[in-house]
Amino acid sequence: MTDQPISRRAWRLPSSDTVIGRAFNGLVTSPKALVAAVLCIALVLIATFGPWLAPQNPYDLAAIDFFDARLPPMSPSMTGSVYLLGTDGQGRDMLSAMIYGLRTSLVVGLLSGVVALLIGTALGLVAAYFGGRIDALIMRVVDLMLGLPAILVALMLLATLGQGMWKVVLALVLVQWAQFARAVRAAALIERGKEYIEAAVSLGLSKRRILFGHMLPNCMAPIIVVGTLQVASAISAEATLSFLGIGLPITEPSLGLLISNGYQTLLSGQYWISVYPGLLLLVLVFSINIVGDRLREVLNPRFVGR
Amino acid sequence: MTQPLIEARELSKRFTTRLDIAERVANLFGAGLEERTVHAVDGVSLAIRPGEVLGLVGESGCGKSTLGRVLAGIHPSSSGDVFWEGRNVAELSAAETRQAQLAAQMIFQDPMSSLNPRKTVAQAIGEAPLAHGMVRRGDVAAMVADLMERVGLDPSYARRYPHQFSGGQRQRIGIARALAVQPRFLICDESVSALDVSIQAQILNLFMDLRAELGLTYLFISHDLGVVKHISDRVAIMYLGRIVESADADEFFARPNHPYTQALLAEMPTVKQRRRVFQPVKGEIPSPLHPPSGCHFHPRCPYAFEHCRIERPALREIAPGHVSACHLNDAPPTARTTNALHETT
Repeated sequence: MTDQPISRRAWRLPSSDTVIGRAFNGLVTSPKALVAAVLCIALVLIATFGPWLAPQNPYDLAAIDFFDARLPPMSPSMTGSVYLLGTDGQGRDMLSAMIYGLRTSLVVGLLSGVVALLIGTALGLVAAYFGGRIDALIMRVVDLMLGLPAILVALMLLATLGQGMWKVVLALVLVQWAQFARAVRAAALIERGKEYIEAAVSLGLSKRRILFGHMLPNCMAPIIVVGTLQVASAISAEATLSFLGIGLPITEPSLGLLISNGYQTLLSGQYWISVYPGLLLLVLVFSINIVGDRLREVLNPRFVGR
Repeated sequence: MTQPLIEARELSKRFTTRLDIAERVANLFGAGLEERTVHAVDGVSLAIRPGEVLGLVGESGCGKSTLGRVLAGIHPSSSGDVFWEGRNVAELSAAETRQAQLAAQMIFQDPMSSLNPRKTVAQAIGEAPLAHGMVRRGDVAAMVADLMERVGLDPSYARRYPHQFSGGQRQRIGIARALAVQPRFLICDESVSALDVSIQAQILNLFMDLRAELGLTYLFISHDLGVVKHISDRVAIMYLGRIVESADADEFFARPNHPYTQALLAEMPTVKQRRRVFQPVKGEIPSPLHPPSGCHFHPRCPYAFEHCRIERPALREIAPGHVSACHLNDAPPTARTTNALHETT
């Protein structure tokens, strides 16, 4: 026996005083959210290290063989390896194509989500804090953006601008920032009326500090929830655009483009070309949404300590 | 007479709802929408001497909280001036304005919404002095602990969040936060009305201890005459944006002059009059959107006569330090049975 008490747990949950700590604790304590979060992280890791994980570079013409086209899952290839999820019309390994497609979809979704979040949050906070004409101007533009069907706006933009990843990101930011602005303004208006904001004014704190130090942290719950929802919807919007053939060019394939490639042969028995990218898209969007819902529960201060 | 610490002269605060574009377009088609103005504070003159506790009493919606916020510098005034130690606040330099702003701090009514739920006690108390360079970063923890002890909180709770405290404790945090910028004037806006009676007494005692230790001046806003009687040196009554009577506390409770004051005092529950039937002041408080003409109180006043409907009565001194705004004071003494309402009930 030793004199020192032995800690039963080698690791500890992080302090619940910080937002990060609370988010982590919340995800760890809910099995559903934990599975979704692990899936998200796994998908992000697969996307990040895709080129080293994929059995084949599906866009290296030297690596693919046209005679391997439309092989069902688990077929052996000409070189002796196995196509786990089959091949598409050009003889590309579906698994590799999906890993590369996941990379593109995630980059487009996260990038447009984050940029829209920054723009929308800043505008929503400013509208709520200053009110009056600034508020009226920002919110009428928001109404205009929300009044138009998002996919139609993106379609028109891309029809004018042409294809390309950056143009898709730009189009998605344009149709998404208004969602953030509206959600943040609504949350910030509630906070603005609370007495702690008056106390901060009375204590002579600067506008910047009141906006970003007091109001913004109290608006985090809707920002996080809308953020995850919008990343998920950006990924599916991009898939829609690519499916329609005006999103990403064929040289930068995303999950939507892969689904589009196989849908003509879907009912003729060659389901794997469309269904597997579709399933991956479903899992990705679904797990992001579950994580977002759990974060909303735990980041709301009223739930803390229960 | 000593110079007032803070003084309001003909101070007004109006809230106007401006017509937006849609409403203006609707007006082009004859909707007839008008801008609406609420005179929350209507030409109030009030002086608070250093070290005194002024109790400001009125029904809800009479503008007493708005007056407190204008004096605290949270809202700008619409017209009229605020004088801080005899100097017009509007004419101070930027640095002096900040000093005056910090010297007047507010203690709020709702102990839940007056604290930022995302900040720990230490952050809430330490933020402002740190931001203004009143304390060095290394000394903040010691200062926070000192303030927490002063308001009766255990300094070991400094890293907790507001929701982990009870209502009374949260009110103490709010007081410590205000004290952190070394104010000289505290505006307590219904600061104890959200608390249990036993906790109310504790917080009131804390206010009085702080007054003795730090030489603070208070504007104590309340609708509770019992609390005000307990704590105040002087009392002012507000009705629909105007001060209608003000006097030293003893004089005020002994010889109320204004009919509204008399009605309020008659409704004050006391131990002596255990079985009496309460008769509330007749009628509702009128809408501040359409205040009555002349004396605002005339529709509810049992003594109102023709003149009350026409002219607004001025605040006139009726005894040393006792002012009241009532036309009955101008009439010959026989025309009025003094304190009639007070004695018959």
